[in-house]
Amino acid sequence: MLACISRRTLSKGLLSFGLATFIVAAPVVVEPVSGGELKDLYFGEALYYAHQGEFFSALERLDAELGQYHDLDEPSRDTLYRHVNEAEFSAGDFELNYRMHHRAGRAIKAVLESNVDEAVRNEAAFRLARIHFQKDQYEDALHALDRMHGRVPEQIKGDVEFLRANVYLGSARPTDAANVLKKMPATDGLKGFSAFNLGIALLQDNHQADALNQLDKAGQLKLRASDEAGSAIKDKANLVLGDLLFDSKDFSRAQLSFDRVRLDGPFSNRALLRSGWAAVSAEKFDRALVPWDILIQREPTDSAVQEAMLAVPYAYSKLNVHGRAALMYGRALESFSKELEKVDASVESIRSGKFLKALVREELKQNKEWVIRLRTLPDAPETFYLMSLMASHDFQTALQNYVDLDDLRQRLVVWQRNFDAFDDLIKLRRRNYEPLLPGIDAKFRELDSQIRLRQEQRKHVEERLHAMLTGPRPDYLATADERIIAERLGQLEKHLDNNEDARAEALRLRLERLKGVLIWSLNTQYHERLSQAYKHLSDLNSDIAVLTQQYDAFVRARQAATHSYVGYDAPLSRLRRRVGDALQNVGVVMARQGRLIEMVAVNELSLRRDRLESYQSQARYAVADSYDRATRDQAEGERR
Amino acid sequence: MKSLAKSLAIASCAVLLCLTGTVSFADDSYRAQMKGLDEQVQEIKSDVLGIAAELNRLEEKLLYPSNTQVAVFVAIEKGNSLRLDAVQIHIDGQLAAHYIYSHKELDALRKGGVQRVYTGNVPTGSHQLEIAIMGKLESGKDVSETGSFTIAKGIAPKLVGITVKGSGSAQTVLEIGDW
Repeated sequence: MLACISRRTLSKGLLSFGLATFIVAAPVVVEPVSGGELKDLYFGEALYYAHQGEFFSALERLDAELGQYHDLDEPSRDTLYRHVNEAEFSAGDFELNYRMHHRAGRAIKAVLESNVDEAVRNEAAFRLARIHFQKDQYEDALHALDRMHGRVPEQIKGDVEFLRANVYLGSARPTDAANVLKKMPATDGLKGFSAFNLGIALLQDNHQADALNQLDKAGQLKLRASDEAGSAIKDKANLVLGDLLFDSKDFSRAQLSFDRVRLDGPFSNRALLRSGWAAVSAEKFDRALVPWDILIQREPTDSAVQEAMLAVPYAYSKLNVHGRAALMYGRALESFSKELEKVDASVESIRSGKFLKALVREELKQNKEWVIRLRTLPDAPETFYLMSLMASHDFQTALQNYVDLDDLRQRLVVWQRNFDAFDDLIKLRRRNYEPLLPGIDAKFRELDSQIRLRQEQRKHVEERLHAMLTGPRPDYLATADERIIAERLGQLEKHLDNNEDARAEALRLRLERLKGVLIWSLNTQYHERLSQAYKHLSDLNSDIAVLTQQYDAFVRARQAATHSYVGYDAPLSRLRRRVGDALQNVGVVMARQGRLIEMVAVNELSLRRDRLESYQSQARYAVADSYDRATRDQAEGERR
Repeated sequence: MKSLAKSLAIASCAVLLCLTGTVSFADDSYRAQMKGLDEQVQEIKSDVLGIAAELNRLEEKLLYPSNTQVAVFVAIEKGNSLRLDAVQIHIDGQLAAHYIYSHKELDALRKGGVQRVYTGNVPTGSHQLEIAIMGKLESGKDVSETGSFTIAKGIAPKLVGITVKGSGSAQTVLEIGDW
């Protein structure tokens, strides 16, 4: 009976390997790009946050920088100009990493539709296709890939073909996928993934023998020791191959395949379990005990370990070692009772909200492996039972969304608090400036009229000097004394105008001579005086520049004083309202998300509980049966 | 248990995805609900990003107007293996910033990220900027470097970039750049 149930469990496992779930995508590590020397500090700042996995902050900064860049009249003079394509790509990557699939691709489309180099456009098409693939939009992904023409950057060539094959697999075109994968070069990072996916494509294409051969190859690839993802996919190939061989009753080859799975890899427990069942199916019970003995020493919450706890005594009973079988069934019973208690405690813990509380603990945010670390926290439910669930994409997205919502909630709460601080700041500034400004403005108006007058005078002098370059006017360059003398001479001349006296004539002659001296000086010194005047004007210009600078600085300071407290009411009240609304939305969606996570988690635990109860009842029956057989054997031995 | 946890931890996301094959997880109705909620979460994220953009503009205008704004950025030269522990910045003799780096932040700097370590206000004119860095060289030797620079603040925001240069075993150099 036990074997029957266990096999059913195994078959269920096999069935659940629906072909659709076989497609594996290579680990897409969307690394922010920063090629060459960085010229834009704000782009660099966005990268700084992205490299830490803080994609909200990264997007916040990059959106602002890109928005500002696109608003410029002459973007070529901006520091972002040299990085704009990288920045657009990065915006798409950040959105993807922040699970904003609806928005991701928007920036990349902009690159694709702009006038850029062929290689850049092809990279954009690839990135867009990758986004569509992640959104399960296979037709759009293919459409994007079909837009690639001409030169493709060397570093993405392999990724493009691998993506194309995955899109074909996703859209149920295994023949096309296999054709692409067969031609793929053995790129280091993709070798394991493409070999595995080719096996799956052949399987989907009903080429069973070829598929088995390919999976066999994929399971024996030579990879770098540091290629953890590649090694894991190699294990996966061996596991799948083993299952297929098991199904076709080729138990010895199946066991060989299971045995190739690494003992410390993520698939090792299942491989050990199945390896044992393959041996049992071949009626080699002693060989089944080798992997199972390893397995039962492992984490008792793992379902494979729990199944092995029943499988080991089953194998002993088949080997007619009933006493040991009875003993081990007893141990299994004990372990199942403990595990049931753990599951019940976990359900209770989840229902009382501790799971959600643990999810948003600050220490988890510092760690990329937070899913693993969750169980190590005090007051957290036993999450090992949820490990498989937590590894599923949808549940991980739900958990991550909950964490993201909590992060948004915290930001919104801080912003809401800041509004009050802004109000206080504005109030204080108003209180400080308002009594001071009228006096300052009055004084300024006075100075302003004086400054303007002087500036007019300077302008007038400049115009005169400029005119004198073409029409010389020596009289304009007379000194103040000369002017007084000329005026005095003019007055005297006027005075003598109607005087016919001989003495007057002599005086007129003297006057003429004096005027002559004056004109002589003015004319002979004209060029020297003009140069001097220009020099003085230049000196004046420097003084005027200083004055203008001070004037402008004052105007700016005066404007800044007003701008520091005027014009904030409307935007602040709008933002306050927006933050309030967003906070309410976050609260509602977070509560829904939390409830759903709890429901799914409790559901998963209930399934595990049912399985444990079933194991428990099997163990109860089996322990009694084994004791009976052991007692019978002992009695028979004594009789003999 | 530890080894399994470790191996799960280092397995890539893609591999984790593969595990779903055997998970008897949520039925379709749960999955549909999760998808629906995911869409709502995306909308909220978009909305909050919009609020953040508007708030940042307002904050900048209110707290750091361009005629007084000064921002100091820190970067590490590519390939530099110096373990930067802390940065201290004085402007005109006053302590402006003292920052201690976490491992994650240092890693981000090494990958080419630029950290805005300080944003503040100074009047137009010349100012004295003193930068002190503390860290460890690849050899394990402690390093402490100080640089003094004069910056000219005009009417536009003043962006100052400090790059930590040097091979990590040779002398560490602080370089200042104007943006």
